[in-house]
Amino acid sequence: MSEEQIKNLETQFEARIARDEKIEPKDWMPEKYRKTHIRQMSQHAHSEIVGMLPEGNWISRAPSLRRKVALLAKVQDEAGHGLYLYSATETLGISREEMYEQLHSGRAKYSSIFNYPTITWADMGAIGWLVDGAAIINQVPLCNTSYGPYARAMIRVCKEESFHQRQGYEIMIKLANGTPEQKELAQDALNRWWWPSLMMLGPTDAESIHTEQSMKWKLKRKSNDDLRQQFIDQTVPQAELIGLTIPDPDLKWNEESNSYDFGEIDWDEFWQVVKGHGPCNKERMKARIGAWEEGEWVRDAAMAYADKKKERKQKQAV
Amino acid sequence: MSKKNWPLWEIFVRSKNGLEHRHVGSLHAADSEMALENARDVYTRRNEGVSIWVVESINITASNPENNGELFEPAHDKVYRHPTFYDLPDEVKHM
Repeated sequence: MSEEQIKNLETQFEARIARDEKIEPKDWMPEKYRKTHIRQMSQHAHSEIVGMLPEGNWISRAPSLRRKVALLAKVQDEAGHGLYLYSATETLGISREEMYEQLHSGRAKYSSIFNYPTITWADMGAIGWLVDGAAIINQVPLCNTSYGPYARAMIRVCKEESFHQRQGYEIMIKLANGTPEQKELAQDALNRWWWPSLMMLGPTDAESIHTEQSMKWKLKRKSNDDLRQQFIDQTVPQAELIGLTIPDPDLKWNEESNSYDFGEIDWDEFWQVVKGHGPCNKERMKARIGAWEEGEWVRDAAMAYADKKKERKQKQAV
Repeated sequence: MSKKNWPLWEIFVRSKNGLEHRHVGSLHAADSEMALENARDVYTRRNEGVSIWVVESINITASNPENNGELFEPAHDKVYRHPTFYDLPDEVKHM
C-alpha cells in the first residue's frame, strides 16, 4: 500500500471512531492502534491477575465465613476479569504465551498498586473500598471504548466490580465501629492505601504522554487529574461517614470549585514503584513466574491426555 | 514453555431457554470437556446461563470485512423485500 493510501484509510478509520462506530478484530486498523491496544489491554489483564496476590494472602485468615466466601468470590472474579481481557487482547493477534512472557520478563507493566503489601485484615477493606473504587472510576468510561472486544469485556467487568467495592467498605464500617484497636486498624489501612490509590489514577495531565491519542480512540474519556478529583470528591464523605480521617493535612473543601483541594502527591514514590523498587515488586513477579513454571507439567499432561483421547476416538471410528 | 499450548475455544452461552446461544468470549483449554468446565467458571459465575457451547476457534470461518461491499451491499437496493415498499389503501388497517 502506498503512503497516500494508508493515510486515506487512517482518515476513514478516525472518522468511524468519531461517529461512535466500533472497531472489530478483522477490520483494518492503523498499526499504532493495534499496538496501543495490545499494550493497554494486556496491562489491564496483568493487573487483574497480579491483583489476586495481595488479597489471596488473607483468604485463609478471613475472620468469618461470611468474609471468607466474599473475598474468595472477589479474587475469583479477578481471575475471570484477567481472562476476559486476555482473550479480548488475543483478538489483536498476540498469543497468550507472548503476553505472559512480556509480564514475566518485566517488559509489560501492571498496576503499581499491587506492589504494596497487605499486612493486616483491614487492608482487605481498604483495597476493596479504595483500590476497587479507583479502578471503577477508571473502567466505567471504557465500556464505551472504540475497540469492540475491549468494550464488551469491560461491560462484564464493571457489572461484577460493584460488589467488590461494597464488600471492602463494609469491612471498613465494621472495623471503624468496633473496638478502639479495630478502629485503629482501619485508620492505619486508610493511611497506607490513600496515597497509592490516588497515584493509581495515573500521572498528572502535564506528564501523561498518551492522553491525547487515547482520548481520540476513546481509550480515555477524562484526563487523569479529572478522574482523581472525582475519586477524591466521592471518597472523602465516605470516610467521614464512618469516622475515619483522610491522611492529608491539606485536604479542604473548596466552595468555589465545588470540590476538594488536596495535598501534594509524592510522584517520586510512584515512579520508584513503577520502575520496580516498590515493597513487593520482586515478590509478586516471583509468585507469578513460579505459578507458571510449576504449572508447566500440568499443562503438558492435560495436552498429552487430550491428544491420546482424540487418537483413541479416531481409532474406534476406523 | 510448553511444547504444545492449549488451543483457543469460542464460548457461546444460552442465558435461558427460549433464547439463542450467544457468543460471550473465548478461553484456552486442552480439550472440549475442559473448555466446557472452564467456561462454566469464567462465563457463568452469576447465573448467566443454562447451556454452553464450545467450539475450537480454528473451526470458525469468518467473512472478511474487506468483502463487505460485495457480500452485503446487494441487499441495500432491494427495498421490495420490505413490507413498506407496497402501497395499500388506507381502509386496510392490518396486513
